[in-house]
Amino acid sequence: MSGRDAILGGIRAALGRKTDDLARRATVEERLTRHPRGLVPARGQIPPAEQVELFTTMAREAACTVQPLAALEEVPAAVADYLAGLNLPAELRVAPDPGLDAIPWHARPTLTVSRGPARDADAVSVTGAFAGVAETGTLMLASGPGHPTTLNFLPDTHIVVLRRDRVTGTYEDAWDRLRAELGDVPRTVNFVTGPSRTGDIEQTIQLGAHGPRRLHILLVGG
Amino acid sequence: MHPTTHAFPENARRALSDERLQRVLATAGIGFIERRRKAAERLPEFEELRDRGRDIKNHVLENLDLYLERFEEAVVGQGGHVHWCATAVDARDAILSICRSVDAKTVTKGKSMIAEEIGINDHLEAAGLTPVETDLGEYIIQLRKEPPSHIIAPAMHLSKKDVADTFRAVHTELPPDRVLEEPTVLIAEARGVLRRRFQQADVGITGANLMVAETGSTVIVTNEGNGDLTQTLPRVHIVLATVEKIVPTLEDAQTVLRLLARSATGQEASAYTTFSTGPRRPEDADGPEQFHVVILDNGRTALLGTEFQEVLRCIRCGACMNHCPVYGAVGGHAYGWVYPGPIGAVMQPALLGLAEARHLPNASTFCGRCEAVCPMRIPLPKMMRHWRETEFAERLTPPAMRRGLALWAWFARRPALYHHAAGLAVRALRLLGGGKGRFARLPLANGWTAHRDLPAPQGRTFQQLWAERQRNGR
Repeated sequence: MSGRDAILGGIRAALGRKTDDLARRATVEERLTRHPRGLVPARGQIPPAEQVELFTTMAREAACTVQPLAALEEVPAAVADYLAGLNLPAELRVAPDPGLDAIPWHARPTLTVSRGPARDADAVSVTGAFAGVAETGTLMLASGPGHPTTLNFLPDTHIVVLRRDRVTGTYEDAWDRLRAELGDVPRTVNFVTGPSRTGDIEQTIQLGAHGPRRLHILLVGG
Repeated sequence: MHPTTHAFPENARRALSDERLQRVLATAGIGFIERRRKAAERLPEFEELRDRGRDIKNHVLENLDLYLERFEEAVVGQGGHVHWCATAVDARDAILSICRSVDAKTVTKGKSMIAEEIGINDHLEAAGLTPVETDLGEYIIQLRKEPPSHIIAPAMHLSKKDVADTFRAVHTELPPDRVLEEPTVLIAEARGVLRRRFQQADVGITGANLMVAETGSTVIVTNEGNGDLTQTLPRVHIVLATVEKIVPTLEDAQTVLRLLARSATGQEASAYTTFSTGPRRPEDADGPEQFHVVILDNGRTALLGTEFQEVLRCIRCGACMNHCPVYGAVGGHAYGWVYPGPIGAVMQPALLGLAEARHLPNASTFCGRCEAVCPMRIPLPKMMRHWRETEFAERLTPPAMRRGLALWAWFARRPALYHHAAGLAVRALRLLGGGKGRFARLPLANGWTAHRDLPAPQGRTFQQLWAERQRNGR
């Protein structure tokens, strides 16, 4: 008997079920098709302006830095100043994201910009974000040609360009947006809440375990 | 991992007299309790979410066969592979054969309790592969050849000096006179060493906190980001998960996730919650070329339809052990195998057999804190009681204890005689206790008096006091 038959047969025997149990199958199919919402915390069910405010508060609490900008044109200066303030190299690995194409990197000639997935030596990455979830100050990063996943984890510093209109109140809102815009779930969806951390040495939280030590969010839009 | 669960009493005694361990335990656990409490209080819906989480898992368990089939369909639809493994041996073989099919040498690993359960590292090593744990705590204990002592904080039993000594002994390619005082320095060193391992790896193995039937996604929750590097950099991603980890939809996953981080570490959300669906897509610039899900049973479906079915709701947050006075006194290693604390006291007899693990359900005061904090509302004390009953029914209890219990039961079934005898005994004990009102030693009670005095009864039984209160209308 295959492992599959052994496991599924064992379950049916233990539960006293038959395979052709049509009512049960209909219940399961309906749940998967309708995917009804569970209990969604009231915290995130607020008007859009308040969502942005909540997102910012919660992200800062999770040790992100958040900088509001009026437009993408301001990104190069903000990035250059941020890196200079931390004495970090001005070399950026930028996601090949069409949404970031309007950033005029040449306005800051001190910045060296290359595009593509992260390589081990890359110290700073810049990516977009599929959404921001206000409820917990979390970024939702969806993999795809415009957003290689390695950019979220390999570099020491991750800078995220998040448009204000991409902030949602709750996780369920973010998933609905993903279903509507992408249809299929991409290979990787990373929900990121603050920089990498560990408590494995004497239960004291330290930032920068394997992923980025710094997570800087540029919140763009009027 | 070879269980020493049968030796729990000796393990516990050793732990209690281990001063270094006691120092660590005294400080390590407190933060978890306080952080969980604050996180739960901050979310007004938390208690109701626990009900919802329980209901989701109950629904899944009643339809487990159908959800597993739909999960498989979705994984295959995305270009992934599903391997059904009834036993630990099947799972080890499946994983090794995937590794061999790509001629793997180095295998990086995210944290997985099931990997400990099936002993995958030893199996891969014996086959000439190099498995590398990448969660910092797991990495440290792998270097020390120790088992984890907590399901979410595996190196909780170690101090930073222990870690420094281990790194100095193993990382011999680094200058021997380097300063390793601060945790930040230790973390940076591990990060550097493990980055090279990530680059070498051909296969990455992660566990799964959840499997989503709707999309065929597997979900991991981490704080370090090691699980993400483990599954993104190598050519092959293997997910190792047990049957009960399934939830129907993304919405259901979200309900469970809202409970998990808050119950485990008291965080609003862990730093990284990652949904992985199939292998990389043709247009993707990175990610694994192969996606395998090894679905393991290893004794779990045998619990369906029994009084232990509800334990399959467990999401492995660790809250029960964080709040357990027994775990807090003896630490995780005393439990002798993969799952310590109250969840271990229920799971280990199920997975190892009662002959090996019968002491664990007895190592409880039934204070009920585990059930009070369990996000999935698993009635852990009730289940430990079931195991005690089974132990007695299967005659695994030692003869002296059986005789004592039989004697007590004989009296308990004769209430008039019981009240009379208890009344006599209590009065006799008051007289014997004399002026001090306590016993330093008493026959048959040395299990108590070896560690502290036994207070002498005050002359009347509980039943007598209760009857008196009822008469006085209080």
